[in-house]
Amino acid sequence: MTIIDIILLTAMVMAALWTVMTRSLLKSTIGLAFTSAIITIIMFRLDSPLAAVFELSVCTGLITAVFISTISLVRPLTHKQIIQLSKDRIKRFWYLPAIVIIVGIALMCLKIPADFKMPAKLAQGDARNLLWNSRQLDLFGQIVVLLAGVFGIVLLFKETKKK
Amino acid sequence: MIADWQLFTGFAFFIIMVLIAGLYCILVTRNLMRVVIGLELLTKAVTLLIIIAGYVTGRIALAQSLVITLIIIEVVVIAVASGVILSIYRHNESLAVSNLDSLKG
Repeated sequence: MTIIDIILLTAMVMAALWTVMTRSLLKSTIGLAFTSAIITIIMFRLDSPLAAVFELSVCTGLITAVFISTISLVRPLTHKQIIQLSKDRIKRFWYLPAIVIIVGIALMCLKIPADFKMPAKLAQGDARNLLWNSRQLDLFGQIVVLLAGVFGIVLLFKETKKK
Repeated sequence: MIADWQLFTGFAFFIIMVLIAGLYCILVTRNLMRVVIGLELLTKAVTLLIIIAGYVTGRIALAQSLVITLIIIEVVVIAVASGVILSIYRHNESLAVSNLDSLKG
């Protein structure tokens, strides 16, 4: 593990914590997009360019757009409600950094066997060949899931017929 | 081999932190949007775990194909969940989970 990996992974955890702890939903969505962007960089560094491109375009771009669209369709809270919720949120969310730190220390104290035998490395081909030739059932499943999503959205936003 | 195992445990250490953050978000929040955001964080942690597992075992092509499938399913789940949240908001005028107590079959 290089120092760049550690910096990127720490940034990822910080972004995830910020996503959970920030009060504004919009800021939370931006934090999620930032987490996703850092994961994209890590994926590029782990020789997974195809998955990284998907993560960047779909998770960082499309899902953020879906979230922001949803938030924009919801009425914002009043000033009074924001003050009330802020007090309530601080009470509930201040435990999270403490839990993360405690779990981190516990994991560092945990004795993990250093001589664990990993399975032998395989000389695999390209991910595209694997996806199109060996895992065609996955593609079929993806098409079915996409269609199910489309029909689900259509049903949710279907206008009721006027009598 | 040992270096690969150490790399995996190093990444897993940080991935567990993100998993905790996502799980805590789902458990503690009272806002429906934040529940979906917590779910998204959990998915991101699992995505990275699959990639690092594929990298250290030399099965990166298989890991990438699995991650692509996961991302497709994830985006559909998020889109449908956002639609459900909007429908609930139109019905209840609120995103609070505590207001969802009127399910009468």
